[in-house]
Amino acid sequence: MNKILERLMEIVFLVAACMSVLAVALICFFLFVNGIPAIKEIGVFDFLLGEKWKPSNNIYGILPMILGSIYLTAGAIIIGVPIGILTSVFMAKYCPKRIYPFLKSSVELMAGIPSIVYGFFGLVLLVPFIREVFGGNGSSMLTASILLGIMILPTIVGVSEAAIRAVPSQYYEGSLALGATHERSIFFVVLPAAKSGIIAAVVLGIGRAIGETMAVIMVAGNQARLPKGIFKGVRTLTANIVIEMGYAADLHREALIATGVVLFVFILIINLSVSLLNRRKY
Amino acid sequence: MNKIVIENLDLYYKDFKALKNVNLTIPEKEIIAFIGPSGCGKSTLLKSLNRMNDLVEGCRITGLVTLDNKNIYTDIEINMLRKRVGMVFQKPNPFPMSIYDNIAYGPRTHGVKSKAKLDDIIEKSLRDAAIWEEVKDRLKKSALGLSGGQQQRLCIARALAVQPEVLLMDEPTSALDPISTSKIEDLAVELKKDYTIVMVTHNMQQAARISDKTAFFLLGEVIEYNETEKLFSMPKDKRTEDYITGRFG
Amino acid sequence: MEAINTQSFMSKLKSFKSNPFSAILFILVMFATTVTFLTLVFLVGYILVKGIPNITWKLFEWKYTTENASLMPSLINTIVMTAISLLIATPIGIFSAVYLVEYAKRGNKIVGLIRVTAETLSGIPSIVYGLFGFLFFVTTLKWGYSMLAGAFTLAIMILPLIMRTTEEALKAVPDVYREGSFGLGAGKLRTVFVIVLPAAVPGILAGVILAIGRIVGETAALIYTAGTIAQIPDLMGSGSTLSVHMYNLSKEGLYMNQSYATAVILLIIVVVINSISGFIAKKIAKE
Repeated sequence: MNKILERLMEIVFLVAACMSVLAVALICFFLFVNGIPAIKEIGVFDFLLGEKWKPSNNIYGILPMILGSIYLTAGAIIIGVPIGILTSVFMAKYCPKRIYPFLKSSVELMAGIPSIVYGFFGLVLLVPFIREVFGGNGSSMLTASILLGIMILPTIVGVSEAAIRAVPSQYYEGSLALGATHERSIFFVVLPAAKSGIIAAVVLGIGRAIGETMAVIMVAGNQARLPKGIFKGVRTLTANIVIEMGYAADLHREALIATGVVLFVFILIINLSVSLLNRRKY
Repeated sequence: MNKIVIENLDLYYKDFKALKNVNLTIPEKEIIAFIGPSGCGKSTLLKSLNRMNDLVEGCRITGLVTLDNKNIYTDIEINMLRKRVGMVFQKPNPFPMSIYDNIAYGPRTHGVKSKAKLDDIIEKSLRDAAIWEEVKDRLKKSALGLSGGQQQRLCIARALAVQPEVLLMDEPTSALDPISTSKIEDLAVELKKDYTIVMVTHNMQQAARISDKTAFFLLGEVIEYNETEKLFSMPKDKRTEDYITGRFG
Repeated sequence: MEAINTQSFMSKLKSFKSNPFSAILFILVMFATTVTFLTLVFLVGYILVKGIPNITWKLFEWKYTTENASLMPSLINTIVMTAISLLIATPIGIFSAVYLVEYAKRGNKIVGLIRVTAETLSGIPSIVYGLFGFLFFVTTLKWGYSMLAGAFTLAIMILPLIMRTTEEALKAVPDVYREGSFGLGAGKLRTVFVIVLPAAVPGILAGVILAIGRIVGETAALIYTAGTIAQIPDLMGSGSTLSVHMYNLSKEGLYMNQSYATAVILLIIVVVINSISGFIAKKIAKE
């Protein structure tokens, strides 16, 4: 009796463990089955490189959205990465012990704030601010980049702080003992030694930025046309799906799912590079 | 000529008094050995000479330490002090970069930019540390690929590259095999021509072999400080005698 | 006597004077840190200042009407949604972790596959989950926009999180516990349930709480699975959670005051969740 129960539960555990495999398989299956035919019908090149997205005319080119996603992610990286890494340096190497727990939980709070709240913050503060300062209607590539830059901060700060802390202190001490300043020791010895962890932080930030949906929708303007400048609106792959899915039908709907497929492939590539990075570390 | 003078030095870790009223004078261009059982404060004193103890939280020092008659805690800028008083650590700690960049790090830090000058410094430092022949063909390779003994000599070369006046060595051979150890010892004797060397060691034979003067530490106090020969042949203090004859420690 | 080894502000300044490059780096670090935390203070402060005055009893009335954009239905939906998602994902997540840590043999091919897929799952953006939920639960299984479709979608989304945290918690249980139990003649199953899992509870709990945070904050995965109607539905009906509700309110620009108030409620939930998980983490660290 006991033997049977043992065996049975082992199978139950195995089945449970296979659920994540099943989930990924199902996600791939449903996305690809529903998306690939549309790509075929539209034509791979017309779909991926098409510069116009006009569902009412049955024109489905997602190049504007691909570029939108890439530009916004790049913008977020330009803004978020330097600030994030420098902040992580502060957290790991400057922060007085007394205020550290407070700052650490602040970073965790930042990571926990829902994207819709970030989006709302962007809508009520950032958009009017950009409109005042730079003109235009305020919903722009710049606005969305700044907001995304803020949103990836906790990821970058958290991961790269851990990477910096993982560097053996003997490197830092060795540098100090040569007469290098605290700053020089950190930036020329410790940070290079933490390189792979910091790169992983950046890649995770890229993943977060490219997949972000709600916050972007609220501040990016969402015009489905080729990006025309940092003060003009853009639409991302994610926004394209959310905005039109509600009323799309037939080929239009499938084209949106295909948009999801493209996004999914982007993410898979990013995930793959993260795990490659992690592997090289050991 | 006294290079370093330590007067009435007390050192506390929080409430624990790790060094008690230390008075020592370290003459120029000699090898001074600090010996004593673990936890006696010899490494702690060494680290007070280039202010590495400043990194330890809760560490408090009172007293006076001078280098060439200048107070190292007030009159010499801390990074300048560490440039003048170099250090070799117990565990070899080359940076995770190429051999070349390891040695070049110090000079670059102190403003040497010219490639030709750097090349000169690197060759000279590596030669002085008796490792040039072993690494000259692989300067661009990672320093972490070297053996433990080579890494330690590389660290010595790295310390020499900033042209220090004093070299602090914190049990530099404790992590090494006997052959590497004897290489480092020969090197220390060679270096004494140009540098003042203060070496902490666990190994009494090592102190006897290479040092000119030896200080014996016990429980944070300097029990005896004398010419090495005298200290080992006729110790004045009973506790020194007990230690060097191997009765404890 | 005065300690001599304190680095005074003046000596630091002097040091920067002779190392201007270091001074620049120092300023950059301080500047970036200030930017990071001022942004957070500003964000939270702004929302609190604008939101707190708008939190009124009317917001907590049972029914949502166009005159009174009550958040009560969404608040309840959030709780229900969290409960169902956890009910689905927690056992599966814990069992998977038990398999990976306690049963799977080293170098097992399936284990590698499971790890890769779990990693993949944790990187998928929520809108892709939303698309999948829409295609599978809403359309293929014909559940329509429903709480259940939303909950299943979110369950898949939080599964890798629970798996990973449970795995870490199980690995942290010392092997002597297991050996002790085996030594007393207990079977593997008994050991797992009576000895290992109880010892791992705080770690598992921390993961579950993180998962709650993700569920509460989720919007994109729910719009096309659970739908956006501000009502308290049965399981097969459409209902919006707090985050989705906030999206609806702010998107139209008609209910800004209520949006601020909802943002405050969301922030409070996040703070509460973070402090609970912080508390548990502290407890684990002590042990």
